Amino acid sequence: MSAAMNARDAILGSVRNALRRGPLDDARRAELDARRPRHTRPAQDEDLVARFVRKFESRAGTTQRVASRADVPAAVEAYRTAMGLPARAVVGAALQDLSWPAGLEVHHGAAGISETMSVSQALAGIAEPGSLMMASGPASPITHNFVPDDHVVVLDAGAIVGHFEEAWEILRARPEGMPRATNIISGPSRTADVEQTIQLGAHGPRRVHVILVG
Amino acid sequence: MTETPIRGPRVGLFATCLMNVFRPNVGFSAAKLLEDAGCTVEVPANQTCCGQPGYNSGDYEAARALARQVIETFENYDYIVGPSGSCMATIRHDYPVLFQDDPVWLPRAQALSVKSWELLSFLADVLGATTSDAHYDGTVTYHDSCSGLRGLGIKGQPRTLLGEVDGLKLKEMEDSEVCCGFGGTFCIKYPEISEKMVEDKVRNILATGADTVVGGDLGCLMNIAGRLKRINAPVKVFHTAEVLAGLADGPGLAGAAKESD
Amino acid sequence: MEIRSKEFKERAVFAIHDASLQQALGKARGGFVGKRAQQAAELPEFEQLREEAKNTKNHILDNLDHYLERYEAAVTAAGGHVHWARDAKEARKIILDICKRVDAKTVTKGKSMVSEEIGLNEALIEHGMEVVETDLGEYIIQLAHEPPSHIIAPAVHKTKDQVSDLFEAAHGGPRKTEVADLVNEARRVLRDKYFRADVGITGGNFLVAETGSSIIVTNEGNGDLTQTLAKVHIVTSGIERVVPTLDDATLFLRLLARSATGQETETYTTISTGPRRADDIDGPEEYHVVLVDNGRSKMLGGRFKDMLRCIRCGACMNHCPVYGAVGGHAYGWVYPGPMGSVLTPLIKGLDNAYDLPNACTLNGRCASVCPVKIPLPDLLRELRHMQHQQDITPAMQRRALKVWRYIATRPKLYHALEQVGARFLSAIAKDGSIRRLPLASGWTDVRDLPAPAGRTFLELWQGKRGQK
Repeated sequence: MSAAMNARDAILGSVRNALRRGPLDDARRAELDARRPRHTRPAQDEDLVARFVRKFESRAGTTQRVASRADVPAAVEAYRTAMGLPARAVVGAALQDLSWPAGLEVHHGAAGISETMSVSQALAGIAEPGSLMMASGPASPITHNFVPDDHVVVLDAGAIVGHFEEAWEILRARPEGMPRATNIISGPSRTADVEQTIQLGAHGPRRVHVILVG
Repeated sequence: MTETPIRGPRVGLFATCLMNVFRPNVGFSAAKLLEDAGCTVEVPANQTCCGQPGYNSGDYEAARALARQVIETFENYDYIVGPSGSCMATIRHDYPVLFQDDPVWLPRAQALSVKSWELLSFLADVLGATTSDAHYDGTVTYHDSCSGLRGLGIKGQPRTLLGEVDGLKLKEMEDSEVCCGFGGTFCIKYPEISEKMVEDKVRNILATGADTVVGGDLGCLMNIAGRLKRINAPVKVFHTAEVLAGLADGPGLAGAAKESD
Repeated sequence: MEIRSKEFKERAVFAIHDASLQQALGKARGGFVGKRAQQAAELPEFEQLREEAKNTKNHILDNLDHYLERYEAAVTAAGGHVHWARDAKEARKIILDICKRVDAKTVTKGKSMVSEEIGLNEALIEHGMEVVETDLGEYIIQLAHEPPSHIIAPAVHKTKDQVSDLFEAAHGGPRKTEVADLVNEARRVLRDKYFRADVGITGGNFLVAETGSSIIVTNEGNGDLTQTLAKVHIVTSGIERVVPTLDDATLFLRLLARSATGQETETYTTISTGPRRADDIDGPEEYHVVLVDNGRSKMLGGRFKDMLRCIRCGACMNHCPVYGAVGGHAYGWVYPGPMGSVLTPLIKGLDNAYDLPNACTLNGRCASVCPVKIPLPDLLRELRHMQHQQDITPAMQRRALKVWRYIATRPKLYHALEQVGARFLSAIAKDGSIRRLPLASGWTDVRDLPAPAGRTFLELWQGKRGQK
């Protein structure tokens, strides 16, 4: 441990040496801690839901809109059959209160290697880039976002904010603080590593389908 | 360009090294354009090089020695104008940096910096020239030299003025803003890389079908002209000033002289 | 990774004559440049954001010690561990120790340039671990036993045919020739590795002091599978990557994907904060961050501070005509292109990378697209200045500069020599140009030298106008 402490002190010392000063005094530190940046936010003049849908779909994501949360299981089931997927899904516990069809095998654990479809609840949508914000936790495990080929995400239309900064405010307001993983997802996984040819489904989901509620 | 009744500014013409040795016609073209626009043009005999070769080779002392000479020679003119984005960017941007710790020379460097202009940008941005009464028969493509483009914001001015030349058709090449591979001593130190770059440039020039390529820096133009000549491509190369001054009637760079010459 | 920057010239010439490489580079060039230009044009605030990003980075660097301390405290509060490494050796040891402690057999890796910089893979393999790169590009070059040739597109130098060959050799036949099949094959092979991995190592695009989070940005999702499915997640990052708040990270996120791949956003932006929580059902059990200095704090004090603003987008190399001609491997170390030509001599020594700052035309295209406005050409010139001062510049060049200075500060002598030169070149020219000039073969090997008219402008002007 002492070697590690030495490296820490040496690096901080070297930084201060380079800046030609010692450690900052408490007043300056307090000033820095109180700093609240207000960077330029790209202007938007579009309806938030419309923008979210337009942007998300521009990257090969798909969306549909349902009237209420109760309509979600039917929408999921319609998506599943349209895609010809097995009657099985890993569903975030955040959605376990919904009435899932009897024919669909549902579990709420982590997604295993052979998982084909997952259904998750998004914490928010960000209209600026048209992205989903997922907060990990027992009700929304991280593996659901990355392991299955098909990822269906439930997003409340009212949870779409304009800019990233508003999404951060949602995170800051959580009583439990930051989740282990905050996944901002902007469409299906993709790669262009072979001759700059875009190919979907590199490692993560091949398809991401958003069910907008409300 | 219309004649100005009142006596115009007194301009010291910066005769760049390449122009002085390889292409005097560019100097006469520059002088004609400036005089037609109402300037009084003088060419101080005490000038040599702006010092950029030393600066870009990391020999800042040598660059300062040359910069002091340029400052002394030109600081009494209303303007210092040269037909090169490269040399003029050195005077405008690099001189103040070279003397940033020198309380005596810094103000003099700054004073010269603000009245230093590349020819085309001086004509358009300072003198407000928007027309040309020159004539040129041909399809011309314009190469954006890097120093002029990125250092001095020269992009629209030459195109606007070339567009006014009677008989001239302007045709843009792909990647006109990409370096031709000259880069001063770069082209001699790394000839193979430079060759690859100028090859790309020449391919883009040829793809336009233009019979003439013009630009604002003789370094780039000599590189391009030399390469075109090497591959026997019959494209003429002129400095923009030559075309605008109506003095592009002789052979272009690396072009065979006509028998009457 | 061993530095081979001294071989720049030879490697560059080799690269120029490598038909496959030229084919691959040709395909890449237009795509990146065009897409970035389109993104910049579609965001009216883009130039404003570049200016803010520059200023914000400068603010961070001026207070780097404070933000690093705040970041460390926040990571610790979230249950993670921060380790400090002065150099590559210390960084390797820290990571090796963690891997050994958890008895790691398989280590998966997301793309991390710092891990390349510290030579991590070699060290882990030497200690018997299976190391698997999971970014498709990194995976391809790992199979080829090559270093990356680009910081965001590591296999940009490989053609599809070459990838087909590599995959066939590594995975067995039948040989795949379609991009979709190649990607699927890698997906299948790597899936298994993610689930088997003991340790997952990723880089960190940003480290957020406010929350103690690391942020990675990827398109493939490989970084997320790497860091989620392993028991231990280790982040390797340079000390300069810390940002005060999520809002500051956002400023750079708005510029990063647009500048890098020309996307509005990459597919995944992941903010990782500590290990899995008590009631979580997935995620790593341990979370470590290794903060690497390796010459960065020294850079902070001098003329190269601007370089520490770099967010590793790769726009400079995408727009560099020299990089476009020779590719990344010619540069001989981890970081190629303009940013690499500044970093390599600073990290590995000026004399170990003489050519890198010199093999540049100072055309400025890199600086014009840099999202944090690093004056790359000025920094490259500054390195030339240091080489000149330290006599690393070849003796021939130093002598030539001395002679040039002597002559150029004597106008009469200079003009006399110019006159002699103009007459001589004019006399030996044929049809307007000179095909061979022994002392200037660097010029005439490649192109003709346009012939002068015979008399200099100053002579002619004085003759005509009779001015002083």
